[in-house]
Amino acid sequence: MSPLDAPVKRGGAGDGLPVLGAALARLDGVAKLEGSARFALDQPVEGLAHAVLLRATIAAGRVTRIDAAAAEAAPGVLAVLTPDNTAPLAAASSWTGAPPAQPQYRPLDAEIFHHGQQIAAVVAETLEQAQEAARLILVDYEAVPAITGLDDPRAGDGDPIDMLSKSWGDAAAALDKAAVRLTLEYRTPREFNMPIEPHGLIAQWDGEELTLWEPSQWLDGMARTYAEWFGLRFDQVRIVSPYIGGGFGSKALALPHGAVAAMAARQLGRPVKLALTRSQTFTGLGGRPATRQVLEIGATAGGRLLAIRQRGWNETSMNAVSVEPLGSVTGLMYALPNFDSRQNVVPVHTVQPGAKRAPGENPSAFGLESAIDELAHAVGQDPLALRLLNDAEHDHSSGKPWSTRKLREALAAGAVAFGWDRRDPMPRSMRDGHLLIGWGMAAGTYPVRRTAGEALVGILADGSVEVASSTADMGTGAHTILAQTAAEALGLPVERVQVRLGDSRLPRAPVTGGSQMAGLMTGAVHKAALAAREVLIGLALSDPRSPLRGTGANTLRLEGGMLVAPDGTAYDVSAVLKATGRERVEALRDTLAENRLKPEDHYRNFTTVSTMRAPTDGDYSMHSWCAHFVEVAVDEALQTIRLRRVVSAFDSGRLYNPKLAASQWKGGIVMGIGQALLEEGLVDHRHARLMNDNLGDYLLPTNADIPEIEVIDVGEPDPHASALGGKAVGELGIVGVAPAIANALFHATGKRLRSLPLTGQRLAEAG
Amino acid sequence: MMDFSYARPADLAAAGAALAAGGMALGGGTGLLDLAKLGVARPVAVVDLTRLPGLDAIQVSETEARIGALVKMSRLAAHPAMRAALPAVGQALLASASPQIRNMATIGGNLLQRTRCAYFRDAAVGSCNRRNPGSGCAAVGGVTRGHALLGVSPHCIATHPGDLAVALVAFDAVVETWSPNGQRLLSVHDFFLLPGATPGQEFALAPGEIVTGLRIPLAPVARQARYVKLRDRASYEFAAASLAAGMSLGVDGRIADLRLALGGVATIPWRARSVEAALIGEHPTPAAIAAAAALAMREAEPQPDNRHKLALVPALIERTLTDMVGEPA
Repeated sequence: MSPLDAPVKRGGAGDGLPVLGAALARLDGVAKLEGSARFALDQPVEGLAHAVLLRATIAAGRVTRIDAAAAEAAPGVLAVLTPDNTAPLAAASSWTGAPPAQPQYRPLDAEIFHHGQQIAAVVAETLEQAQEAARLILVDYEAVPAITGLDDPRAGDGDPIDMLSKSWGDAAAALDKAAVRLTLEYRTPREFNMPIEPHGLIAQWDGEELTLWEPSQWLDGMARTYAEWFGLRFDQVRIVSPYIGGGFGSKALALPHGAVAAMAARQLGRPVKLALTRSQTFTGLGGRPATRQVLEIGATAGGRLLAIRQRGWNETSMNAVSVEPLGSVTGLMYALPNFDSRQNVVPVHTVQPGAKRAPGENPSAFGLESAIDELAHAVGQDPLALRLLNDAEHDHSSGKPWSTRKLREALAAGAVAFGWDRRDPMPRSMRDGHLLIGWGMAAGTYPVRRTAGEALVGILADGSVEVASSTADMGTGAHTILAQTAAEALGLPVERVQVRLGDSRLPRAPVTGGSQMAGLMTGAVHKAALAAREVLIGLALSDPRSPLRGTGANTLRLEGGMLVAPDGTAYDVSAVLKATGRERVEALRDTLAENRLKPEDHYRNFTTVSTMRAPTDGDYSMHSWCAHFVEVAVDEALQTIRLRRVVSAFDSGRLYNPKLAASQWKGGIVMGIGQALLEEGLVDHRHARLMNDNLGDYLLPTNADIPEIEVIDVGEPDPHASALGGKAVGELGIVGVAPAIANALFHATGKRLRSLPLTGQRLAEAG
Repeated sequence: MMDFSYARPADLAAAGAALAAGGMALGGGTGLLDLAKLGVARPVAVVDLTRLPGLDAIQVSETEARIGALVKMSRLAAHPAMRAALPAVGQALLASASPQIRNMATIGGNLLQRTRCAYFRDAAVGSCNRRNPGSGCAAVGGVTRGHALLGVSPHCIATHPGDLAVALVAFDAVVETWSPNGQRLLSVHDFFLLPGATPGQEFALAPGEIVTGLRIPLAPVARQARYVKLRDRASYEFAAASLAAGMSLGVDGRIADLRLALGGVATIPWRARSVEAALIGEHPTPAAIAAAAALAMREAEPQPDNRHKLALVPALIERTLTDMVGEPA
């Protein structure tokens, strides 16, 4: 059987299940289309004051004086917060739970680490009054030269991050002996998350209780940070985040502007609303840091990989270490006998970088999957065949078997649907009029991350079911799949299930990030639902008032809202609850034990990432897999690159809802297209200042940039990865898109661009 | 609160008086509101011109199109007679901005739009001769991949951002204005001012003078004209380079009339007269077109990060003219 004859299964991996696995549309979709969905910043709050931030106009140095007299005297102004008149907060521990390096934290700091850093805030009765007053503040600085990016000679080589070093075999020796050896350098620029819903919050104090209406991918983690900043108990902080208008990793942590809003609200004794402007979204938080990696690849003349040596660098801010792990994918994807990977972080004067969709895996795959294409070209092989030749039967980094790996199936299914066998391997060989046509491909992967979850499932007297958890729905479909999970477990139609999420007073949930939410929360809800069913059945069997007690049954089934005895006697749930004098039965369950944790780990599990299990924790190495095939059309003379079609195949394990999974995959592909062709923070290197801090100039793809995208599901349930068999979905889709496009561009033009984005200008400058 | 007065005059005389007194004109608001939010425009008095009577007509005759200044971009783009008489205008409009902006923005306001230079658009940047005459130019030496190569001066290299204006320059449009002295007809070539030593003066308008409309002569060359816009993003981006082109051939097969204007690469909408002169009277052979197109950027003064446009612009002209020869109207 040729590798391309591998069996392909189309349609959802959940096919055949009545509720969970059905391609349901998002339950929150209509409210969002109608505009009736109320987001955090839409919350009506009595007596609201409005805060705006003032930003530094230098990138390095100190604020020496702030003259706020005119601002304070301006109409409607309630307060001007500056480094001089605000007391420091307590520093909070990190998201990993590591204690802070310094005892204090100043969200308004006179020391300047990057251009656009917040240095003061104006609070006024109206937003417009605050904006106008902020203009009246005079700031004096003592500026020092800034380090503007990785290419600044003063930046140096940075600091090694030993935790990221990986090594097996003897890469140096293998490289020396390799018949084919390539040394290749790849770069990605500063990229920004840019959700359409702005970052921001409403902060309100009631005595020592702090309520925050704020979009959040991690309510419990952010509530912990606020509690530590303000010296509160965790349960004195409540975060409400009903919906999220996009986050892509940027709304998981409490950010400096949040501290300022909460400080202002406490000082004034009034609720304060603060929303970042679009420009401030580029400076108030960081996205993906710029990266650089050098890959040395050794292979046999036949294209079998012998060794990879990798050196990576990512920029970070001057006051924090953020890591974009460039070796995440490099040693994982293929059978690689010798590997050596190290990474440095290089402090520069920029805002602290954050997490943007598939941090690590994404730029890592750009390097590796571009390099594999270069190797295929160097040894005269088809890039798909070369990948199959080097397929890994097990995980060489951990030595463990894969739980499931349908990468061969993804490569095969994608290739067939795309028509890869019709590709002329010669660069510049395929044309359409003036256009050079290029076909490229790349693979991708994302690990299965696992943290314990907690959920409450209640069965109500009216026969409906309530699911509650503090997990977040970023628009990915959490409301929907959790309703499907409960409905499936309780034998009910999904319309009977109400899902309440996004409130830190609800049962706990860890970060909605790392593509772990669906797997862990379906597990928690499923467990809680089964427990609630047991409570209900126990009640029906044992309560003297239960109409089913007289049947003598020792077990009951729950079907379609009816409790059914073996003899066929049936009462609906509401009748049983009414007869027994109950309004509801419920069960609160967590999955700590399944994650090998103890009850005392509860708080740490939900408020830090310290209990998150690695994909290799256990007997298997667990990952999702994908393969992308793309066609580009290039007008060399007119310096124009456009995508014509994308075909991608995915192994995300079992799909709880194939429609929503496909939507996530496509969203990742769209974001990958933007990354490949358009997105780049442009820095004026005289001032370390970002010049395109708006959506007119920081280019995200429009509909016109996106061709037809076909997604194919090749996954099957993975019993090791999660309670119900799903693997990572949300972050997977973007991984491998950029190298697939870069490879197609090479096939079209014979020019290899190794820096993103792949613009017409770069193509022209490549000669 | 940024306090300003707001007036909505009912006739040109009142509008002119309000503008002469220092008011800022408001059309669709897509330019003024944008700049006011950035703090670049600080209006003390806003003069809403949108209720002025008689400025929203589109009239197309055999020889001329007349377009009122208050016509919305989207309406002109969709106008059937205009599309037939001068397709480059509709193409330029549809390549501009976004549907939402085109539904709001007026033709008069579009003509008066300001540059997208990031150093101009950031009020915190001190050096900008366009905003603060004599303060210098922060753009030179900075991020200038979108900046002008033609018509630049040591004082300003900001690119004219428009699309429609490029088509107007190609087809010798005339700007109609009103002032207390009466109506004035001003060639579009005289309307846009090179930055020179006075980048702050962008338009040849006197204080209180109001753009009331456009007249576009409908020469035969206009009927098969086209507008081509190049950019990295397929929509909603300013031009890396754009071209309005019209060509007509005589019975002898030689080029009888040729109009070429460039956008995205110059400080004002840029008529490529040297290319036109080299080709008029010639047969449109590939060699002749290529040789002439190469003249387009001969006067260019590139920045380090926009040199790719030295090849891009001639390629755009060459491709467009070759296509037009191959697909006669």
